[in-house]
Amino acid sequence: MSELQSESVTTRREAPETRETREETVAALSGDVLDAAVIPAIRRRGLGIGFWLAVGWLAVLVGLAVLAPVLPFVQDPATLDPFALREGPTADHWLGADDGGRDVFARIIYGGRVSLFIGVASVTIGMTIGGFLGLTAGYFRGRYERVVMSAMDTLLAFPALVLALALVTFLSDPGEQGGSITTVTLALGILAIPALARITRASTLTFAEREFVTAARSLGASHRRILTREILPNVVPPMLSFSLLAVAVVIVAEGALSFLGLSVQAPQPTWGNLIAQGRPVLREAPHIALMPCAVMFVTLLSLNFAGDTLRRRFDVREGLL
Amino acid sequence: MRRYLLQRLAQLVAVLLVVSFLTFLLTNLLPGGPENAILGPNATPEAVAELRAELRLDDPLPVRYVRWLGDVVQGDFGESYTQRVPISELLADRLPRSLELMVVAQFLALAVAIPLGIASAYRAGGWLDRWANMTAFGLLALPNFILAVLLVFFLSLGGVVVFGRQVGVDFFPATGLVPWSVDAVAHVKSLFLPALALAAGQIAVYMRLLRTDMVATLQEDYIGTARAKGIPTRRILFRHALKPSSFSLLTVAGINVGALIGGAVIIESIFVFGGIGDLIVRSIYTRDYLTIQAGVLVVAAGFVIVNFLVDLLYSVLDPRIRHVRAAV
Repeated sequence: MSELQSESVTTRREAPETRETREETVAALSGDVLDAAVIPAIRRRGLGIGFWLAVGWLAVLVGLAVLAPVLPFVQDPATLDPFALREGPTADHWLGADDGGRDVFARIIYGGRVSLFIGVASVTIGMTIGGFLGLTAGYFRGRYERVVMSAMDTLLAFPALVLALALVTFLSDPGEQGGSITTVTLALGILAIPALARITRASTLTFAEREFVTAARSLGASHRRILTREILPNVVPPMLSFSLLAVAVVIVAEGALSFLGLSVQAPQPTWGNLIAQGRPVLREAPHIALMPCAVMFVTLLSLNFAGDTLRRRFDVREGLL
Repeated sequence: MRRYLLQRLAQLVAVLLVVSFLTFLLTNLLPGGPENAILGPNATPEAVAELRAELRLDDPLPVRYVRWLGDVVQGDFGESYTQRVPISELLADRLPRSLELMVVAQFLALAVAIPLGIASAYRAGGWLDRWANMTAFGLLALPNFILAVLLVFFLSLGGVVVFGRQVGVDFFPATGLVPWSVDAVAHVKSLFLPALALAAGQIAVYMRLLRTDMVATLQEDYIGTARAKGIPTRRILFRHALKPSSFSLLTVAGINVGALIGGAVIIESIFVFGGIGDLIVRSIYTRDYLTIQAGVLVVAAGFVIVNFLVDLLYSVLDPRIRHVRAAV
């Protein structure tokens, strides 16, 4: 993915020799090669206003979602207001009301609770298992790496949404329609494992042969110590920036599932099922579907933007993937 | 080359076997087994016993897998529980629609992305480049089901009235696919929105990919030579620079053909398109497990085979990567 986004020509051309560190790249570029396009990519920049706007939006959203039950201005998402059926935005209902007169703003916030929880929890599952597999595969190499990575490749061989559909259907009890928060989280967490394992492995590879690891080894440090004390601290920061991007992917997947009515079920609002619910009345009351669309889009944009900025800063080379 | 080919072919067969086994397991590891899924939890013991005998469920799992696989290889996917027709007929009816959608979406994406990618590489950093880059970033963050809702709202339901002016049209049908044989124009119109919804994300990816490679190519010495010879810019861009810049574009485009098979699921179901994706979703609603199993198998196998072909094609085009994995 980053390959598509890499800013400078030179970084890209150098991608095959990925063992290079940032310092080595700088050193390798003598004055005349160092053209204007390369400098900004290498020099550490500030994070920029866009990044802080994105983080701000996410912080507000998470705050609202977590505190929703105690905030006075977030109404109850299930209360029916017979005087506000399909009403557009008003002072009483900031983003309007839906078919049953329920407050759209409140439903979006409560939907966000589900979507954000599933996003974060699935990525945590994927990151824990995938991260462990990737870390050990990148460190121990050999046959273990081959087995782990071909298992990951096989999982990646399934089209993601189809696998998600199948997993949710088969993880749920036969009687229940769609999934519960647990089954959806689990299914999407399993889906996240292979991609995160590959990225962690790539990141581990760049550190596994560095001098400080060799030094630790020659001092007689155990594998466990090298992994946890030397490599892990270096691998974690870039992985965290990736996890923001991964949360966005999971939120989209959950949205798609619940849009199809196969995730958490209807009385419980999620962004996907709010959009699906507004779709039949799109012509008469467009705000019911379009408001959650807008909130979801801005959230995804923020996650992508913040994740991308951080990732570029930690400069994970995906040439190794 | 021959050895490489055989090796890759063996790999393909292995992956296909694993994929088919996983698909098979999905149905057979269901809580309560397939009989519960078919008859529901309230079935009488006699009915369950009868069904188990009919489906030969008392054989060991590997035996059943081999039998199922043997049938599938011969094109027999069994019978749909709910529609009481052979699943192979359902698939044969729907596969062409899905394939058409995929191909049209892919062409649409390339037709928009290539000129845009070239133009933004030619004036890298210029207004078009920045504008295209921002739009691409937005498109990448826009889930295709939201895009589909927006497209339907603005292009088939007439959109909204802002200050007395209508923003939007009602030109395209919101759902369904009119068969080519019935009305060619209506066919194209009913295909356009789903194809666009699918293509949008690809446009962003392709454009950025081509732009990055193109910027690199345009700094090569031979481009300077061509320029010095007085060759028109347009010819340099399209004839001299496009071909060497399009390797990664082609690979990713190829791989996305596979991804589109699966990604079309939600779009097909929004537009009631009547393709494979639509079939899978509807079978999930009706708990028609054999049909889900068949649909997932077809989609996953298509995905794996397309990836294999693209990998192969790529290594033919660019011998350097014959022994190194393509990084995508």
